[in-house]
Amino acid sequence: MANTEQEILEGLAEIVAEETGLPTDAVALEKSFTDDLDIDSLSMMTIVTHAEDKFGVRIPDEEVKNLATVGDAVSFIAKAQA
Amino acid sequence: MTLLQQAQPTQFSRILAIGAERGENVVTNDDIAGPIESSDEWIRQRTGIVTRVRAGADRDVLDLAEAASRKALVAAGLTGADIDAVILSTITHFHQTPSGAAILADRLGATPAAAYDISAACAGYAYGIGQADALVRSGLARNVLVIGAEKLSDIIDPTDRTISFLLGDGAGAAIVGPSDTPGIGPTVWGSDGSKSTSIRQTHSWTELRADPGLGWPTLRQDGQTVFKWASFQMAPVAAKAMAEAGVEPEDIQVFVPHQANMRIIDQMVKQLGLPETVVVARDIADSGNTSAASIPLATDRLLSEGVAKSGDLALQIGFGAGLVYAAQVVVLP
Repeated sequence: MANTEQEILEGLAEIVAEETGLPTDAVALEKSFTDDLDIDSLSMMTIVTHAEDKFGVRIPDEEVKNLATVGDAVSFIAKAQA
Repeated sequence: MTLLQQAQPTQFSRILAIGAERGENVVTNDDIAGPIESSDEWIRQRTGIVTRVRAGADRDVLDLAEAASRKALVAAGLTGADIDAVILSTITHFHQTPSGAAILADRLGATPAAAYDISAACAGYAYGIGQADALVRSGLARNVLVIGAEKLSDIIDPTDRTISFLLGDGAGAAIVGPSDTPGIGPTVWGSDGSKSTSIRQTHSWTELRADPGLGWPTLRQDGQTVFKWASFQMAPVAAKAMAEAGVEPEDIQVFVPHQANMRIIDQMVKQLGLPETVVVARDIADSGNTSAASIPLATDRLLSEGVAKSGDLALQIGFGAGLVYAAQVVVLP
């Protein structure tokens, strides 16, 4: 079942918070995973894996580098669910 | 009509002894950070590696393998003449033929033992233990010497930011023989060649022949792909090895994953839900990633430091280029 973009953002924020220890409200659409949230390439793969499980989508490894911001990831997941 | 005789099986096998040999040169992160524009802090944070050990120019992979094997033979109270089969896992024996195992067997006085190399990269030791277990229990061999040996410093590129900075040199040997009690659980193993390029040699020997300007081949990896695969797809393999051995995570005393990256080890421990009482091998911090040698090196260290003891149940899993993987629960010697 498809989620709204707000639901995806909230779910993704929980995953990021679990991986990084950041508060969920720090995970906003415009935030850059690397520059703002200080998430390295390996933590990003952990987040991607949990997001795949949570939202029932597949995020190809070669696509991950295109997910610069939280908003990019939310949009990708929303499209993949559609 | 004469009835064909088949080898008489024996019921159980176990690891009788382990021997380890490390590269003698300790290489710090600062020593290698320059050409990859990195830093001690970055390497520690991404990999957990503080130093890696590498062998000098005067020792090749078979020298490392021989040293580890001799220690294992002494620990088992055996000589080369007691060995029926030698299985060497390596990707750094630079002759297509003859095998390193045949040369090694002769050096150890194990001739005419059966001897062959296997190519299973970082899973090679666990592949070898699985084969040795089968050879011993089938009655095809009594004592089998399994060696994971690598001189990875022979195939690194100091400017490569993907894998070279992780790698170290070493050899670990185990002798598998018959046992009165079960000592090696079922091996859960497999491969995924659809990811064959995720850990790779830059170019083949025939490509080098056609274009010598390519230079000596070295290793590369797609770090993110390998991290994801190892962290999240290997934990279920390790869990299956426990299930097939009839043990629960609470029954395991020691976890010895291939020492690829501390972040992978941490994630696997989390995915497996291992109790905090389980001793987790973290030899990578000092030895680096030694591919097929890493599991026996880490096991030998835990035993020699007294952190693990003979009779402990250890879950071990190897995984790497191929991609290939193998896991089993073993009783420590």
